[in-house]
Amino acid sequence: MFDGLLTITVFLPAAVALLVTMFARGENSDQQIRWISIGATVVTFVLSVMVFVGYDQDLAGVQMIDYFERWIPVDVLRSSYLLGVDGLSAPLVLLTGILGMAAALGSWRIKKRVREYFLWLLLLETAVLGVFVSLDLLLFFIFFEFELIPMFMLIAIWGSGRPRYSAMKFVLFTLGGGAFMLVGILAIYVTPGVNTLAIVSIPELGITGIPELMVAADLVVPAALIFAFFFIAFAVKLPLWPLHSWLPDAHTDAPTAVSVMLAGVLLKMAGYGLLRINLGFFQETKGFTIHDVAGYMAVVAAISVIYGGIITIRQTDMKRLIAYSSVSHMGFVMLGVAAVGSSAAETSAAGLNGAALQMFTHGTITGLAFLMVGLVYDRTHTRHIPHLGGLWKKMPLIAIFFLIAGFGSLGLPALSGFVSEIMIFLGTFSVWPWATGVSAFGVVLAAGYTLWMIQRVFFGARPASPGISDEVYDDLTDANWVDMIPVIALAAPIFIVGIWPSVVTDMFDIGIQAVLR
Amino acid sequence: MTAQDFWVLSPEIAMAVLALVVISVDLVTRSMAKVSTVAFVGLAVPVILTLNLWNGWFGDPATGPALFDTFEADRFSLFFKFILLTVTAGTILASVKYIASDRMKDYGGEFVSLVLLSVTGMMILVSATELITIYVALELTALPVVALAAIHRSKQGVEAGTKFFVLSAISSALLLYGFAYIYGYTGSTNLHVIMERLAVLPSQPGVPFGSYAVLLSVIMIVAGFGFKMAVVPWQMWVPDVYQGAPTPVAAFLSVASKAAAFAVIMRIMYVAFGDASLMQDWSGLFAILAAVTMTLGNTLALSQSNIKRLLGYSTIAQAGYILVGLASVPANQVGATSAGAGPQGVMYYLAGYAFTNLAVFFAVIAITSRTNDDSIEGLNGLLKRSPLLAGLLVFGLLSLLGMPPTVGFMAKVVVFGAALNANLTWLAVIGVVNTVIAAYYYLRVIRAIVFEDAVDESKFSADKPMLVAAGLAAIGAGVFGIAPFLMLDLAEKALSIVPAMITG
Repeated sequence: MFDGLLTITVFLPAAVALLVTMFARGENSDQQIRWISIGATVVTFVLSVMVFVGYDQDLAGVQMIDYFERWIPVDVLRSSYLLGVDGLSAPLVLLTGILGMAAALGSWRIKKRVREYFLWLLLLETAVLGVFVSLDLLLFFIFFEFELIPMFMLIAIWGSGRPRYSAMKFVLFTLGGGAFMLVGILAIYVTPGVNTLAIVSIPELGITGIPELMVAADLVVPAALIFAFFFIAFAVKLPLWPLHSWLPDAHTDAPTAVSVMLAGVLLKMAGYGLLRINLGFFQETKGFTIHDVAGYMAVVAAISVIYGGIITIRQTDMKRLIAYSSVSHMGFVMLGVAAVGSSAAETSAAGLNGAALQMFTHGTITGLAFLMVGLVYDRTHTRHIPHLGGLWKKMPLIAIFFLIAGFGSLGLPALSGFVSEIMIFLGTFSVWPWATGVSAFGVVLAAGYTLWMIQRVFFGARPASPGISDEVYDDLTDANWVDMIPVIALAAPIFIVGIWPSVVTDMFDIGIQAVLR
Repeated sequence: MTAQDFWVLSPEIAMAVLALVVISVDLVTRSMAKVSTVAFVGLAVPVILTLNLWNGWFGDPATGPALFDTFEADRFSLFFKFILLTVTAGTILASVKYIASDRMKDYGGEFVSLVLLSVTGMMILVSATELITIYVALELTALPVVALAAIHRSKQGVEAGTKFFVLSAISSALLLYGFAYIYGYTGSTNLHVIMERLAVLPSQPGVPFGSYAVLLSVIMIVAGFGFKMAVVPWQMWVPDVYQGAPTPVAAFLSVASKAAAFAVIMRIMYVAFGDASLMQDWSGLFAILAAVTMTLGNTLALSQSNIKRLLGYSTIAQAGYILVGLASVPANQVGATSAGAGPQGVMYYLAGYAFTNLAVFFAVIAITSRTNDDSIEGLNGLLKRSPLLAGLLVFGLLSLLGMPPTVGFMAKVVVFGAALNANLTWLAVIGVVNTVIAAYYYLRVIRAIVFEDAVDESKFSADKPMLVAAGLAAIGAGVFGIAPFLMLDLAEKALSIVPAMITG
């Protein structure tokens, strides 16, 4: 079975990038490269919409399968090229399409080594899309790791501050987590009775996936250990306290568009992995189920939410502030996953749906916030909050959209952040009342740091000793239409999902039900 | 000799004739470009003859023993002949500019024909099924390389050549000793007969290989070929020779000689010592060698500041990974899956490694011949100076490192998976740890290329044939990484011909 749409969607950005790198020559090549690369991301966005809309919700299951069985035809590791989407991955493909386009558009002003920049940015998009649609564990791993190279280059070459340090830290943390995951993959594969790498069962193709086979299998390595291997890999990437320390550095030093991709979709690869693998594989293995550790997960989640929130309040760099707020917000994802400990199917489904939706909303909201910080920084050349103030008069448009991102982040009703957080609380509260109660303070903290930052940067008077001179201040301009395209692209989903959440929650629900069986 | 014998031996005959033709052309023309062209175009003949033996274009594929049971053109040997011919083609392309350079142009024809003669030896080596033939082919392989290493007649070159010659002679002596023991014990030099005799000869319980004579013989044979495979503890010559010899020779040596040595050791082990209990014994021997080789190669590479020496140690470490596949014998299989993953992994790894390492070496040749600087700092800022060469080199290094989705990663996954399947979990773990260690020094080179600022900002590129050779090698490494089944299927077909490997 080879539908082809997913293969095209995944590899289009990489193919365009490679062709452009090789063939774009001449004086205006930089401008051409920008146009072609942005064009590629727009086409990928359209394709991702086609994937999302084309998914038949009545049919459910895995659809749009691209299957080539004999990819690695060796008995010790029988791996196939297996792509497909279900309710869980389709919205994330869409999210990647949106953010990939926004990131490329937001990179319009990059002047340094344009050819290479867009090469890596497009390769990054391919890697992330590949993670979401791979249904073969080894293929999943390859895409999960492949994303490191572009990310490393993007931070190290185009970053600011201490880019090489941050890039290296990012790579080492993720590589370390990845090594654990590879061991976990091999440990599952060599188990007698499993011997497959299929992440899900696909009856049409006669594929029985790991989740079903693990139920009866006598695992060679204790199931709890394999669970831990995968959990560590994803906890690094999510990131979860105490493995989060690479994130603020990477974000602070990365260029704007890369921060958008990092916060918007790269962290979601971990959330997706938690749902797909940790939840999907370990529900009824012998001697261990995810229910046994749901309580610990709730505690770690609560610590992440509160710890992240408190650290965030203390930040004086706008970008670092938003980076730390990601730790807090991704803690909510973990909290939603912890709802699986519930004995009632509806409550755990509510929490898990909330977790999935939180990934989607955080992607758009934080992506937007990073984009706005980038716009402010382009003009003021500082991100130090005490140096700024009174920007409202000079850049009202930027202020408005910054405010939208802020309100989304603190969970204002009618914006998407509210929906996902309320779903998580509803699902988790009955199971883990204490952890949920504590985490609810995260929302208060979020209101605090977001509003406080926006108030100091945009409203109020300019500080007594401003970081930007009067001449610079007088010449400040608002966003122009080029800047606004990616902003609108990210703001629209925040409103749409806020007002009409079922457009994605119905989809996620199909996916979650399939994972829960 | 019968007609059948000529047919079976046709690629080797064509290769030897080509070597003579090349050296004759060199006599009548001063143009090295013509010599290279003749050699490159002439290679088509052995390639076509090898393809013929694989596919049976001009009649039946000639299988079965030939030349009085000393030689077999089975698919296993043909697989390696393809690798060897590809490497030769790459080496000739990459040396076009080198042999036309001032200090080489008087020996250009000799250079090419020595390479061709050495390859002839290797091609016989991978097909030989009899110990004396193996020995003679091995000498034919080694002696031209001695001359090649010393061809500059500079102090360094002569030192490299002498070192290679002396150590090569010692290893040959060890090998002969091992052969003598096994001949004395079984009364035959034919690999198939040895296997039959070993099966019926009485075996002492508790002694590895059932007898001390066989044990001693196996250890000596492994030691003899260990030198060619550049396996610890027979690796000392590698960094010195790689640094001293002309780099095209080092590139050729690092790939072709290694592939041939692995092929012949696989054949000896699986054919002569292919009995299940013997297999388990030598599996343990190779597992230990693999662990030591990987670890030592990688740790010694960490502190190198010369790129050629670093690559020398890197090839040692790579040999260690290949040994993991060699140690993963079918006899130890734990799962219900069918046999053959270990040897299949070795063949896949060697093929992928051949492409990757050639791309790396060719890029390094092109760069150092221009900058005259072998140090890693000499690569600083290369990305700005020569984006294409830098890109090829970085890609090759990432593949040696084992970064997904390159062929280096796939091959490592296959051999480590084979190790897990053959009950060698500890070896797989050591392998994974080693790849993390290796990441450090490969990334150090990549960092110099991509991030550091160059002292000299001038741009440069390489000559066309070199770029084609390096580019094709990199494309090969990329294709076999993204589509591993292409190579793995070939390797599987090549396996099924060696009978011991399916029945074992």
